[in-house]
Amino acid sequence: MTALLEVTAINKRFGGVHAVHNLSLTVADGEILGLIGPNGAGKSTVFNVINGVYPPDQGRVVFKGQDITGEAPYRIARRGVARAHQIVQPLASMTVLENCTVGACFGQANLPLGRARDVVQEAAEIVGLTDRLDHLAGQLTTAGKKRLELARALSARPELLLLDEVLAGLNPTEIERMIVVIRRIRDRGIAILMIEHVMRAIMSLSDRVVVLNLGSKLAEGTPQSVTRNPDVITAYLGEAEPTAASEGI
Amino acid sequence: MTAHESSQGPAEVAVPRSAERNGLLAVFLRQPFTWLIALVGLAFAILPVWGDNVQLRESLLLAAVYMTLASNLNIVLGYAGYVNFGNIVFFGLGGYVCVYLVSEWQWPLGAAALTAGISVSLLALIFGLGILRLRGAFFALATIGVNEAVKAFVANFEPWGGAAGIYLSLDVYEPLGGPGEALWIVYFLIVAVMTASLFLSYAIKSSKFGLGLLAIGENEDAAAVLGVHTPRYKALAYSVSAFLPAIVGGLYFFKTGIIEPGGAFDLTRSIEAIVMVMLGGIGSVTGAAVGAFLYEELRGILLTTEAFSHFQLVIAGLLLLSIVLFAPGGLMGFVYRRWPRARRLLQ
Repeated sequence: MTALLEVTAINKRFGGVHAVHNLSLTVADGEILGLIGPNGAGKSTVFNVINGVYPPDQGRVVFKGQDITGEAPYRIARRGVARAHQIVQPLASMTVLENCTVGACFGQANLPLGRARDVVQEAAEIVGLTDRLDHLAGQLTTAGKKRLELARALSARPELLLLDEVLAGLNPTEIERMIVVIRRIRDRGIAILMIEHVMRAIMSLSDRVVVLNLGSKLAEGTPQSVTRNPDVITAYLGEAEPTAASEGI
Repeated sequence: MTAHESSQGPAEVAVPRSAERNGLLAVFLRQPFTWLIALVGLAFAILPVWGDNVQLRESLLLAAVYMTLASNLNIVLGYAGYVNFGNIVFFGLGGYVCVYLVSEWQWPLGAAALTAGISVSLLALIFGLGILRLRGAFFALATIGVNEAVKAFVANFEPWGGAAGIYLSLDVYEPLGGPGEALWIVYFLIVAVMTASLFLSYAIKSSKFGLGLLAIGENEDAAAVLGVHTPRYKALAYSVSAFLPAIVGGLYFFKTGIIEPGGAFDLTRSIEAIVMVMLGGIGSVTGAAVGAFLYEELRGILLTTEAFSHFQLVIAGLLLLSIVLFAPGGLMGFVYRRWPRARRLLQ
């Protein structure tokens, strides 16, 4: 497998806070890479650096062999990176259809307005929003808005999806359905880099996991190996009896 | 077939799939709203001719000027969500360019007005690329700054008559058949520009460009992440929204025969244009037009009523305040809520 995304030694500081420290990671074609870590570990900042919301202080971001470091978000979106936000960003007084049409018309698909409908319909089917295409985005439930984030990102027909806690705030049934949805997306050949706190989802979906703590990479490997890593357990739960800790994750 | 299926949404942006087969123009012509705009333009053109009603013509002329200003302001304010407090600068500059070309270079009116539109639009593109980096209150302040800076510049620019401005001699009306005829011709031209403004607003709203602007208006950061080239779109919107107001400014000041900095770059008019858009319904093509028309007629009544003639701006202020507080969607917001189907017919 060739690397679709290569992040090399990126650094990002905000004032005195070293949010991301010398982080490198790669996402291969068609892979699901989980990015986990305690709150404040710098996970969302990594996403912001990858899709151009913040330029990194040092380091490089290479997508499909091209250096995209510091490019504006709209250029990176056009290249084939789409993102679902942790804090949902619906275009509130537009309908679900229109929200997704923005994704289809301005993302990698770059469709003319008249041809967006089919793509949007397909994306809505994947996430299960077809019956709410005409609803205003602002009036959806939390779960609905999460799905909208995903549908809108999918409408762009991206090659890489950045999923930032799309499962947060969902109930167990919704999580089960969403896991199926994400797997379905990967089966279409779209690589996924996902930040997630729901360990059950990370364990069942990820091919590999990168653990971030205080802005640095703490561990990397298969989900099973990472959760057995004592450093990871300490980072999540503090010093504790190892046996009790592994139960807790 | 799909034309009907895909038109169920409350806020219609997506053009039916048949757009590709028949060409966009054909689809555009099939929309009832297109014909409604044409009808409004026609009514404006015919009503005063009927019975040679000069008083009605003058009243409708002002309404058409304001409908042009409000519709174009709506592209930036209503679609992209940027408050352009200095929108009148396009009107004033267009007036100056046109009047100068007609007066000093003896250009025909049409060519002078068109040149005014193009040059002011290009200037707006340059300004826009600069000040559209700002957001919210800072952008609003910057637009006032642009207006005041241009006003100060023009007041000291001798070729344009400095603070005294430019007076047109009656000779300039001769090519149009004399001053009396010229008033009618200018009126028809202004009505044409007003109609073009409504078409433009509608065409933008139903285009990919418009969708991008609406996305920016909703949430600029999210729009950028979705791939909308936000700096380019905002600057284009700002520039496009300058074109027809500059032309209408040219025609208007050609008609009045005098242009001076105070009257051309009057910030009050800018604010009134904002009131009109808010009154009719921000982001709505119909709203901007209806708001401008109603406001202009209301002002006509107030100005001719002894008790209110000095309080016209106070009333405008109160109107703006109550809209923002109690009816942020304006008149069309109310109509759309009451009759959701109206959203399709009255864009």
